[in-house]
Amino acid sequence: MAASPSVDAPLHGAMTPVPYRVRTRSQETSDTWTLELDPLGEAVAPSPGQFDMLYALGVGEVPISTSAVHLGDGSLTHTVRAVGHVSRALCALEPGEVVGIRGPYGNEWPLAGAVGGDLVVVAGGIGLAPLRPAIRHALVHRAEYGAVPILLGARTPSDLLFRSEVEEWRARLDVEVDVIVDAAAPGWHGRVGLVTELIPQAVFDPDKTTALVCGPEVMMVFVVRALAERGVPSQQIWISMERNMRCGVGHCGHCQLGPKLICRDGPVFRADEMMPLMEVREL
Amino acid sequence: MQTLAELIASSPVFSGLADDDLALIAGCAQNVGFEEGDLLFREGDDADVFYLVRRGRVALELHTPDRGGLVIDTAEPGDVVGWSWLFPPYRWHFDARAADSVRAIAFDGACLRGKCSDDTRLGYELMQRFVAVMIDRLQHTRFRLLDVYGGVAVG
Repeated sequence: MAASPSVDAPLHGAMTPVPYRVRTRSQETSDTWTLELDPLGEAVAPSPGQFDMLYALGVGEVPISTSAVHLGDGSLTHTVRAVGHVSRALCALEPGEVVGIRGPYGNEWPLAGAVGGDLVVVAGGIGLAPLRPAIRHALVHRAEYGAVPILLGARTPSDLLFRSEVEEWRARLDVEVDVIVDAAAPGWHGRVGLVTELIPQAVFDPDKTTALVCGPEVMMVFVVRALAERGVPSQQIWISMERNMRCGVGHCGHCQLGPKLICRDGPVFRADEMMPLMEVREL
Repeated sequence: MQTLAELIASSPVFSGLADDDLALIAGCAQNVGFEEGDLLFREGDDADVFYLVRRGRVALELHTPDRGGLVIDTAEPGDVVGWSWLFPPYRWHFDARAADSVRAIAFDGACLRGKCSDDTRLGYELMQRFVAVMIDRLQHTRFRLLDVYGGVAVG
């Protein structure tokens, strides 16, 4: 007779959240908060580009990309925009409260493959959150990359995420950081317009460039086109997708886009794989 | 030191024009400078000039009673600021303000309109170029109408 599992044995599987406690909650913009989380037991360790399923207890789960990578201590950082009932519940969590975590899921930004060439980062709105770990990695390993233009778009200056950190990046002499907003109050010294408008003037060698792009899908479509106009091959452009991910492990099919399951095959895709699917109106 | 005609020829909107055309256009142009905060033009005023930005940034501002001032676009080096000189009633629809120290080439719109009327080939050439710039700006404006960063309510 086979031995029965101990009643004390953990039942953790791909669909079982592990508990994390909110250490800090900091407001980034009018509708976006960053949560720093500590494990209460088992820990998960996402890499740049990966996401976790965050479970607001009794409310529901949403996929949220990691917005900072911590090595060793098991802590997590997620930046959440309050746009629905689950994300609003997550953004309302106070320090000390508990959240469920499943993950990490999905693939990573191709940072190793970009070594030796230029690394162009284009982020729009909340899309800067999944890209921040990649930017931090590139800045820590700065000598491994050529030019590193960081091109950021936001609705208004006050909607720009991680403003103090962006200012630190701008102060560096070894990266080019450019910000453009849809509209601003008089006195704003930066640019107003589309994030695609930053691409023609950005300094990089298209042939030796890896581009990382994250933002609303429609923005990514225009950015991929603008990068292609600069001569960047679509095989060297990577975009991070988000499409109604529910299970995170490729079982439920909610995030299916053509032959792809975003949670299992992505969320980071090469543009030449994903653009043809994004241009199909029925998908 | 570059002549005015050479400076004009190096801009995207005028590049490739014949030397005679450039000389004619340069005859309606002069170098100008603005300090941060200076108005290049003001909504409702006569639109008798336009600018080619050489250095610095120009903010296009719209003023509304309920929201106050709003920067709706910026022009960078190489960009043209101002189209209202081309079409009746020749009045500005926005304010244009120097967002920082600006160097620009100012063109006398009335002078250039007269030259375009006298030389319809040049007029058509310039019209094509300005319409291309306007279509580009219109496409950007349409894209921004999508409010892509506003997002949709999910999760």
